[in-house]
Amino acid sequence: MLSLMDEANEERADAMFHALSDRTRRDILRRVLAGEHSVSALAERYDMSFAAVQKHVAVLERAGLLTKRRSGRQQLASGDVEAVRSVSSMLAELEHIWRGRIDRIDTFLKEN
Amino acid sequence: MPVTDVTTDIDARTITITAEFAAPVERVWELYADPRQLEQVFGPPTYPATFVEHELTAGGTSKYYMTGPEGEKFGGMWDLTAVDQPRSFSFEDRFADAQTWQAADGMPVSRNTYAFEPSDGGTRATFTSVYESSDALQQVLDMGMEEGATESINQIDAFLAA
Repeated sequence: MLSLMDEANEERADAMFHALSDRTRRDILRRVLAGEHSVSALAERYDMSFAAVQKHVAVLERAGLLTKRRSGRQQLASGDVEAVRSVSSMLAELEHIWRGRIDRIDTFLKEN
Repeated sequence: MPVTDVTTDIDARTITITAEFAAPVERVWELYADPRQLEQVFGPPTYPATFVEHELTAGGTSKYYMTGPEGEKFGGMWDLTAVDQPRSFSFEDRFADAQTWQAADGMPVSRNTYAFEPSDGGTRATFTSVYESSDALQQVLDMGMEEGATESINQIDAFLAA
């Protein structure tokens, strides 16, 4: 029983890391974490076919990182994490960018 | 590490970063006042910044763009709302077309105050940015994406592990 559980977790982790190993999928995930997007609106953002974007969305969905719902003819995708957490992770990203900038300032001031 | 404190307020979409630099306040100010120096530290190496106009005076405007790995340009404008040389300056940051300098829309993306005070022979800098919306935050991150991606994955990883 325990080993079956482990196996399931391992598979979930594999699916997740596979999903996140691609830059376009990370970008799609970032967008849908910020708010629901139709798959066609997402597709417009990338220089690739609608079918290719749809495939990326499906990979994220299988990894449990994204959920889809239908609204009329549209497929709407959202990141599967509550909005607050997405702002929180965006702020964390921003912090990361700032840390990089501050390191550059620090180095620049020391060298000039 | 020069960064001494980071405070984020999720509800207010605010980030405040405190850093200590081993240089006097006037020197740090000079870096911000001189576009040639500022562009050397502003963008990550993958998104270098170019300031085509930069005036650190109240009512002044800065125009800059960041160039992405595939040559794409992301334009931005600062409208300086208050300047107290060399202690602080405040500005509104907007997205703008990098050729026409037409603002993307009327709303500022963020309101910022950068403050510098002497500390231990160096400078304590406090950078405060208040973002208008989560969409605004998202757009800012799109400009600094390369560096951001790793962090975002770490966040997701930590969340899923919790």
